[in-house]
Formats: sequence, C-alpha cells, structure tokens
Amino acid sequence: MNNKEKLELARWAVKQAKSRGAEEVSVDVAQSRNVEVEYRDGQIDKLKESTQNAMDISIYDDNRYSSHGTNDLRKGSLEKFISEAVAMTKYLNEDSHRKLPDPKFYSDQKDIDLKLFDSSYGNVTSEQRVKISREIESIAKAQSDKILSCTSGYSDSFSESVKVNSNGFEGESTRTAFSAGAEVTVDGGGGGRPQDWNWATVRFFKDLPDLEFLGKVAVERALEKIGQDKMQSERFDMIVENRSAGRLFYSLFSPMQAGSLQQKSSFLEGKLGEKIASGKFTLIDNPFIINGLGSRLYDGEGMATKKRVKIDKGVLKEYYIDTYYGSKLGMSPNSGSTTNITLEYGTKSLDDLIKGMKKGILVKNFIGGNSNSTSGDFSFGIMGHYIEGGRIARPVNEMNISGNMKEFWNRLAEVGNDPYVFSSWRFPSLYFTDVQFSGI
Amino acid sequence: MGRMTRREFLETGAKGVVIASIPGIFKFDPSAAFAAPMEDIVNLNEYYTHFGVDEKIILDVMQTALDRGGDYCDIYFQHSIANTVGLEDNAVNRAYANVDFGVGIRVISGDQTGYSFTEEITSKAMKLAASTAANIANRNKTAAPVGLEHKTLPDYYPVKTLWENVKIDRKIPYLQNINDKVFSKDSRIIKSRIRFSDFSSYILIANSEGKTVCDYRPMTSLRVSCTAEQNGQRETNGYSLAARHGIEFFTRENVEKLSDESVRRTIDLFEAVKPEAGEMEVVLAPGSSGILLHEAIGHGMEADFNRKNISIFADKINKRVAKEFVNIVDNGTNMNIRGSLNVDDEANDTEETYLVRDGILTTYLHDRISAKHYKSRHTGNGRRESFRYAPMPRMRNTYMLPGPHTPEEIIKSVKKGLYAETFTNGQVFIGAGDFTFYVKSGNLIEDGKLTRPVKDINIIGNGPEVLANIVMVADDLKMAEGGWTCGKDGQGVPVSQGLPTVKVSSITVGGIS
Repeated sequence: MNNKEKLELARWAVKQAKSRGAEEVSVDVAQSRNVEVEYRDGQIDKLKESTQNAMDISIYDDNRYSSHGTNDLRKGSLEKFISEAVAMTKYLNEDSHRKLPDPKFYSDQKDIDLKLFDSSYGNVTSEQRVKISREIESIAKAQSDKILSCTSGYSDSFSESVKVNSNGFEGESTRTAFSAGAEVTVDGGGGGRPQDWNWATVRFFKDLPDLEFLGKVAVERALEKIGQDKMQSERFDMIVENRSAGRLFYSLFSPMQAGSLQQKSSFLEGKLGEKIASGKFTLIDNPFIINGLGSRLYDGEGMATKKRVKIDKGVLKEYYIDTYYGSKLGMSPNSGSTTNITLEYGTKSLDDLIKGMKKGILVKNFIGGNSNSTSGDFSFGIMGHYIEGGRIARPVNEMNISGNMKEFWNRLAEVGNDPYVFSSWRFPSLYFTDVQFSGI
Repeated sequence: MGRMTRREFLETGAKGVVIASIPGIFKFDPSAAFAAPMEDIVNLNEYYTHFGVDEKIILDVMQTALDRGGDYCDIYFQHSIANTVGLEDNAVNRAYANVDFGVGIRVISGDQTGYSFTEEITSKAMKLAASTAANIANRNKTAAPVGLEHKTLPDYYPVKTLWENVKIDRKIPYLQNINDKVFSKDSRIIKSRIRFSDFSSYILIANSEGKTVCDYRPMTSLRVSCTAEQNGQRETNGYSLAARHGIEFFTRENVEKLSDESVRRTIDLFEAVKPEAGEMEVVLAPGSSGILLHEAIGHGMEADFNRKNISIFADKINKRVAKEFVNIVDNGTNMNIRGSLNVDDEANDTEETYLVRDGILTTYLHDRISAKHYKSRHTGNGRRESFRYAPMPRMRNTYMLPGPHTPEEIIKSVKKGLYAETFTNGQVFIGAGDFTFYVKSGNLIEDGKLTRPVKDINIIGNGPEVLANIVMVADDLKMAEGGWTCGKDGQGVPVSQGLPTVKVSSITVGGIS
C-alpha cells in the first residue's frame, strides 16, 4: 500500500465514522518495514525482518472523545471496528474541550523538502547489512584484549504515514532511518565488567559515520571505566557529556507540557516570562532541520510546525500546548510535542570544558533516577570521571546527584559547541556549578 | 540510545502509552469459545478456528521455516485486545482501545535466531515470513514434524468473567466512585486522575518438536494519581493495583485501598524532607521493594547476559552470594499475579526457580537458546512482548522468601537510616553491577523509630555487594500490588516482585548534605 492508497483508506475511514454518527474524526494510517541485524563472535546472532501496519482513529462526538487502534486494515474488519468505536464513545461523559485543532493552525504549513527519505533505501542489500555489522565487530575486537563481549549491529527502517482530519487536514510523510554501532563489555579486573556503547542513527545511508569511529569509541568508552569507584559525598561542579544531557531536559519538558500545567502538577505553572535558568540557556524547538531525526512539517494533531524559541537566555517564553489542554487552560495551542531541540551553542568543546574545570565530575551516563514535575525535586544515578586540575583523574560510579530543578538550571555556567546529532534532542555538553553528589 | 545497556523498569504511570478496545471486533465470539469449561481439544480447535489455521497449514509453514536447515522453529499466534477508560477533572471523559493480531515465526540455528512476523494470517503471508526467518540457517533442509500434539496447561489466572464481556458502562462507576472517595478523604486534594485498563491476549504456539499450546492471558490495572495543595506547596503521588485477574479483583476493599493509599501517600509528602547524602543503613518495606532484587540480581541472572559474558554474575554459580537466610526465587506460577504465566512464550512450562538458595547462587533464568547453550533444563523464562518479537530470558515474579527476623526488630536495630516504602522505577548496568531504584516516599529511621517522611531520592548500589550486605530478613513477605513493567532490549513485559522487610547494612542514598 503506497501513501496514495493510505490516504484513500484514511478518507474512507473518516466517512465510515461520520456515517455512523461521529461529528469529527481524525485518522492516521502508517506502515513500516524494518530490518535488524545483531552480530557477535563472527556470525549473525539475530536477523529480523518485518512489515507492520497501523490505523489509529479518534472519534469526536457530541463533546465526547475516544481513540482506537488496530493493525488489521482489511475493510471488512475496519467497518466493524469503526462502528464499535463510535458506539463506545457514547458511553463517556461530555467534555467540551475535546475538539480537532482549529483549521487556522493547518494553513501555514511550510513548503520545504526536509529530506527525511533516502531513495537509495531499496538498494541496501542483506549482504551489506551483515558486512557493516561484521566490520564494526572486527574493528572493535582489534582494539583491546580486555573485551569480554561485543555485539555489533545494523538496522534500517522505511516508514510511510498519512493523516486525515475531517475538518480539513490531510498530510503525508515518508521517512527512512539507518542505525549502526556496537556495545562492548570489558574485563574490569576484580569482578566488575564495565560496558558502553556507540550507536548512531541517521536519515540517509551515506551519512552513517565511519565504522572505525563506531567500533573504536564503544571500546574506548568501556575501557575508560576500568577501576571505577565511588567517592565521598560532596558538592562538585559537573559537566554532562552531550549524549546524556537530554536526560536532564526531560525534567523541564514534562512540567512545560500543558497537561502537567492544567493538572497542577508543574513547578513551572505561572512562570511564563520569568527566568527559570541561567542566561546561557537558550532552547529552540526547530522542526525544519534538514535530515533531522525530529523534523516534521505538521505535528501529531496536524498543526503546522514552527520554529520556536522556548527558553530565551534563561527566560521561559513558551510552554508545549496541545489543543485539548490548551482549551482547558484558555491558551492558544503551539503543539504539545517536541521536534528537534537545539540550543544556542557555546564556543567550547568538551575537552575545553574539562580543561576549565578545577575539580569536579564529568557525567557520561545517567543510570535510573527520576524527577518530580510537581515540586522539581530530582535525583539521578551517574557514572563518569573525576576531574582534577583540568584533567581526567579517575573513573567514578555508584553515585547520585540530587537537587531541585527550580534552581538547578540557574547554575548552568557553560554550554558546549558539540551538539549530539544522532538524536532529535541535540544537546551539547553542559557545565553546571555546585551540584550535590552522594557517594560514600 | 543505549540500546542494550539500559534495562529499564517502570511502574506503569498515568502518562504511559495507553493502548486499548471494545469487545468482539474480530469474527470471534469469546463467550462461545472460552467462557464455558470444555474439553481441551475443543479449546485448541477454537483457537485454530479463531486464527483461521489448522494443523496442516501450520506444519506446512514449519517446513518452509526449516527449508534451510534450522535446528528448531516456532510459530506464535497472538490476538490481543486492550482497553483503557480514564477520568480527569471529575469526568470519565476519555477511552482508548487497541486490537493487535498477528503471527511471529522464529528459526533457531545453534545460538543464532532468524525472526519475522506478519499481521496477515494467510498461508501465503506466513510462508513468506517463514522463508525470511529460515535464512538464518544455510544447510540442507530439516524435516518438519509429521503431526502436532496438544499440551494441556495449568490455570494460574482463572477469571470469572472474560474482559471482552465487561462493557465500558460497567467500568465507569468504579472510576467515579474512587474519584468521589479521593476528594472526600482530604480537602487538600485538588486534582485526581484515574485509569482503568484491561488487556486480554489469546495465544497459540506450535513448535517443531510437535507441541502446541494455547493460553488466554488476562490483565487489569486501576491507577489513581492525585495532587494536593497546602500553603502554596503542591505534591503528587498515587497508588495502583494490577493483576492477571478479572473485574472481580476490584472488590470493595481494593477500591477503598486505592483511594486511601493514593491520598495518604500524597498528603504525607508535605512533611517530607531529604535524607543526608551518602552511605547509610536502608530498611526496605515489604512489597514493591522487591525492585531491589529485580535490579540487583534478577537481570544479571538472565542467561543471555551470561551466555554473552556480559553479566557480573557470570562466574558466580554455586558460590555464596548472600547470608544463609537469603532465598530468592523467580516464579511463574503464583495465582493471579501480574508476572505469572501458564506457559512461557516458547511453549515451556513455568515454575518456581531458585536464583539463590540458602545464600548460594543456584541457577540462571533460561530460555530455549541459553538452556541448550548451557546444556541446562528450561526454567520457563522465555518471554516476548508480542508476536513482533523473538523471546529472550525474562523475569516473572521475583521475590525473597521470609527470613528469621521480625520487622520490629529490624527497625529497632537502625540508629540512623532510611525506610524505603514506595518506588517508581529502577535500572541496572548488568556488567558493572551498578543498579538504582527511585524512592518516591519513605521515612527516616532515627534511634530505632520511623520518624519524618522523605521523598524523591535515588538509591544506587552494586548488585553483588548489596546482596552480601543483606543482614536481616523478616518473616512478612508481601508481593507488590502495582502494575510493574520490565523493559529489556526494547521489549516490555509485565512482572511482579516481592520482599519481606529487609535491612541492607550500607547503600548510597541520593540525599542533600
């Protein structure tokens, strides 16, 4: 089924729902093909190939709302599915805030090619997939005789989706993604087996990084952890490496969502226009990055996306507002989800940031932990390195950081110049002062 | 993305992805097929009819799967129906439903796995998937079995009424009732959110050893989350109950408990403080504290991590890892508990498996590949999220058996420490053994007494060290009641865990100095 046929099916589903009494309807039809190779000890460990389909349908009827999904797209099955979906909705309580987006939010969709689809996708052969995996493994294994385990791999996906809203929206999208990398476990002596990974995801096959980089870095990162131990509890400066920094932002994103605000479980309620972070922190939601993993022309509701400055020099400029909770809050919607996150990047590399640190901890992995979106309290486990005199002194692990998000972001002192591009949240390395670490 | 390093463990929260449905979407009348007790072979035939297959078609697909010489293949048919009804702002104003239907085909050759699935259960589509999975092997064809023998299963999760026969109008009053109770219990409550979910999965497995099994797997959960306000301070907490059970699980007593506990746990947070940062004695309350076992030892004992030489436990079998009164099991046979299974996802019996017996590390948790690799018996731990995934060794219900101490003497023995009571999530790095769990609420222990409440602290430790540091185990084993889901390599499966009151002599607490 191509996108044209998917659109026809989605329009048909809208009609079916309306003919059974639904006032408004939103339908998504998606299909994806995935191939995945896991490779170890000179042979394929797992090979997986599949194609899957999905239809999601949201029913808006007489101020009532429900949402339904199925993977059986045969029309006979769908007729019954839709009819029961409409019937079920009638049992619910009325909720006048449930409605499709105002069509004015559909209209100014940008007309640009975001280049999310690699037309060479069909040319990638099974042999190539296995070859990439094999090469990464052999590069990794050549790095050290301390390697206890190495799993390398490759995967790719091709996905197509369409969206139809009964009040005048139609959209379609075709995307590809390619991933490759390795995970390595090394002998740490004394029982511990440190591990790390280096994996990359890109939209175009040709943009996959050098296999040398994928294999080598995974091993280096694991070897660096040998001898890791905890330290005395103390307040330290902290650098968070780019690829882990997004984890911290999640603790701000959740309270920035309209649902948290409306449900009074956000410590950012009433903070619009106020300073919530240091002046070094400018956060931009940018849906238009070419080849971006989070790029899109319309959001999950069909609303046209826009580049938005969410936090400007530490001042909270915008929440993430979807149609439903926006209506409840009396606020205009601006999309409830993130696209690509970028920052106003600084000038220093991770190495420069380390050089500038007298005494502190470089966090390379977070492990577990959580944050409370109502109060801002947080606590996360960490692994990384102790820094002394601008140099890496030794690996540390089994420690926690704790604090409160209301004041934590004010202690952001430096923003690196090294965005992590294998994620839609492109965080650089970040430098915070005076963070509570707990260890011994 | 940490594809393989991150084992995440979450209590299904109100913000989780909700999937769900309404009865009888497929041409299938569950009341006719499953409601009445019947001869088992009839049951199997109902499953065949339901999935539109018969023995001949299955054997034919198996032959395609083994055409390139695999050692083994299995075919996993699944039809699942999920429903969620939600209340927010005093109205039952949302419902989500999902149906999922398909078949997964796996071929094993040595330690290697070929996998494919299709959502279209026709002979043609299944054979195409089978030939894709077959490619993992590259030898002369293996013969498929000549016939299939059906195995009757025990029933660890009897339900009075199948979820397909419980319509939405029967569920709505539960939500309204709990919401009323929550607001009537304390005037400081300003918001309440409630989710009522049910999930039914019909499974038919056939394998090249000539075995077929079929299983109906129910699941339900009711989750309450509330926010309270006092002098401008706000706090959110909640409580949930989950089980492989029918609607009869939600007795008057359980409904009362949901509202009582969610309000109490939220209000308590107003007085909560942070403990000091650093190592201290920690007492784990009975119940969901079993998350300690899940992270500290459970994942490390999954045999795939040992086969791949990743686990810190890889060289510790038959060695002492804990004091002699420590016994830890992973059990798939507890009645109506969330992680129980009548049969695992590769058609093997489930059982009570001892991970640690009298302080000695006993056995890994095996799936078919690892059992063969280690020439060990199966432990019935081969599980998968759905027909879209190949199985791997996973936990079921992991808990510690009662020990010689009493909860009172344990608390009394602590001069200065932490009493950890409720949890939201945990994670482990299998190789280093570092694991964490996040304490949503608990109390300080000062001079042998529970004192001020505490909130929002991460605890981090090393699996083998913490096991060795378990110095007291009480006689009050309790299983977790909430809806725990374990994530590994992108697959989520329902699990449970349990613990008696336990004292750990030293572990790092994420406090404030």
